[in-house]
Amino acid sequence: MTTIEVLIHDLVEKHGKNRNALMPVLQGVVACEKFLSEEAMIAVARELDLSAADVYGTASFYTFLDTKPRGKNIIRVCKTISCHMQGKDAIIKAIESHLMVKVGETSPDKKFTLLSANCLGWCHKGPVMLINDEVFPSVTPEKAIEIIENFAKKTI
Amino acid sequence: MDQKPLKKIDIIFGWDERCTPIQVVEKTIKKTPENIILDMIDSGLKGRGGAGFPTGLKWKFTRNEESEVKYVICNADEGEPGTFKDREILDKVPEKIFAGMTICGYVIGAREGYIYVRGEYNFMLKTLQQKIDIFNQQLHDMKVDFHVYLRSGSGAYVCGEESALFESMEGKRGEPRNKPPYPTVAGYNNKPTVINNVETLVYTSEICRMGPEQFKALGTNDSRGSKVFSVSGDTPIAGIYELELGMPLRDFVDEFGDGDTKAIQVGGASGHCVPRKKFNDTIIGFEGIPTGGSMMIFNSSRSMYNVLHDYLEFFTEESCGQCTPCRIGCQQLLKGIEAVKKGERPPTYLDDLKRLTATMKIAAKCGLGQSVANPFTSIVDNFREEIIY
Ligand SMILES: Cc1cc2nc3c(=O)[nH]c(=O)nc-3n(C[C@H](O)[C@H](O)[C@H](O)COP(=O)(O)O)c2cc1C
Ligand code: SF4
Repeated sequence: MTTIEVLIHDLVEKHGKNRNALMPVLQGVVACEKFLSEEAMIAVARELDLSAADVYGTASFYTFLDTKPRGKNIIRVCKTISCHMQGKDAIIKAIESHLMVKVGETSPDKKFTLLSANCLGWCHKGPVMLINDEVFPSVTPEKAIEIIENFAKKTI
Repeated sequence: MDQKPLKKIDIIFGWDERCTPIQVVEKTIKKTPENIILDMIDSGLKGRGGAGFPTGLKWKFTRNEESEVKYVICNADEGEPGTFKDREILDKVPEKIFAGMTICGYVIGAREGYIYVRGEYNFMLKTLQQKIDIFNQQLHDMKVDFHVYLRSGSGAYVCGEESALFESMEGKRGEPRNKPPYPTVAGYNNKPTVINNVETLVYTSEICRMGPEQFKALGTNDSRGSKVFSVSGDTPIAGIYELELGMPLRDFVDEFGDGDTKAIQVGGASGHCVPRKKFNDTIIGFEGIPTGGSMMIFNSSRSMYNVLHDYLEFFTEESCGQCTPCRIGCQQLLKGIEAVKKGERPPTYLDDLKRLTATMKIAAKCGLGQSVANPFTSIVDNFREEIIY
């Protein structure tokens, strides 16, 4: 078995071999791999005895279950009104020029993917960004870059 | 101007050492389910997730269904822009949520409870699971046949809609179902299900702790009790506040505004925009404008066109796309106001768009598409010039 097949096998062992386990299994794959490859979705389908189209159908509905390759770290900057009013444009601009990417793109060294997100639930402490699962409220452009630099150092 | 500060309530986040959540469970399950339901109905508690359905009745209907398997689900999807109070509750007093779920399980005859937390809050899952494990162990020691489980979402606002949430938990696309049947009859796995908001469940356990009278003494006839508000936007004191329901919006603005408040969006992107001239005769509650807690404050430096544009972009992206009035409607509303702004369409085109939202209200399948009319008409009617010029 390939590494990804082992991972999926273990996730199915943990969450159960039925359709209700599909979300936790896909979430488990994304937590390790950052996105769902064709190979991963076919393996999940086989393990849970579903059609691959069914698995893709579910995955493609959810923003956090990416089916496109992503960088090792995913940055999501909140773009909804409260963060908009508190300066999310400046944050996005600073990150774009620092990583030399546009929103939706992955940096050439594959360390970061920059995305925007709808309300992240920190309207009283905007602007806010998530890096992977970690949350960074009340960021400034300078602070955002500093945080990203720290992630870059930790990422091989 | 004489200004009396709004009374701050401390029911949700308060902690009673002499009667902890697990002790509330212990004492409550000595009562009959019927009596607990009567207490809930008597308290006047209505759902805090937005729709405001009486909680006691919801529990009663589900109890009355014949079924070996039933479920309790805590809706912690909290996706409405401007709402962030459920996260604070999950973080600070999760045991109160578990207690509410357990009591609900006892009342309706369910052995399993699920908390569905939005994916944006993944960072708190580990701690939450640890607290759930402790609570489950306590239930086990007390020989209470109920177990709390944790599930998470993956970034879809529509999954906060109850039937979409069930679909998601069943491993499917989060597309809302037709209603009826309602969740009380056929919810998760098509079994009778109570689904309540995080805050609602905490109030149920607090009502069991302190009795319905104390709760009922707060608020108004139509809006009993207090509510947790998420205050953001142009305010010097953004944050989370528990206040009495039924307050005049004027009092709220006096307390939270920055002195230059132009409008308040009550109830998030899917709620209503109230302009300054209506502050005096607007009540926050089920008799006036209800809210799931989101209060966004805009001062006169803000363009209401930008606000509406943001909301429409939000709905266009978050529409599940299942039904045409909502999928196409949201897109056309967004393009429509852009066209009016650029002068490609006459100002009267806004009235055509308003008619489109009226159609969406009738023809869309779920609350998402149906409620786009709220922000659209309330912003266009009150700030027409800002949308056009
Ligand atoms: C698009 C949409 C999103 C919703 N999101 C939430 C949510 O995030 N949290 C919530 O409690 N209710 C949400 N609701 C309302 C739920 O469908 C449901 O009415 C609520 O969870 C019932 O709980 P309550 O009776 O305690 O309010 C949403 C409804 C719609 C139409
Ligand atoms: S109204 Fe919108 S979100 Fe609701 S079912 Fe229809 S397309 Fe989906």
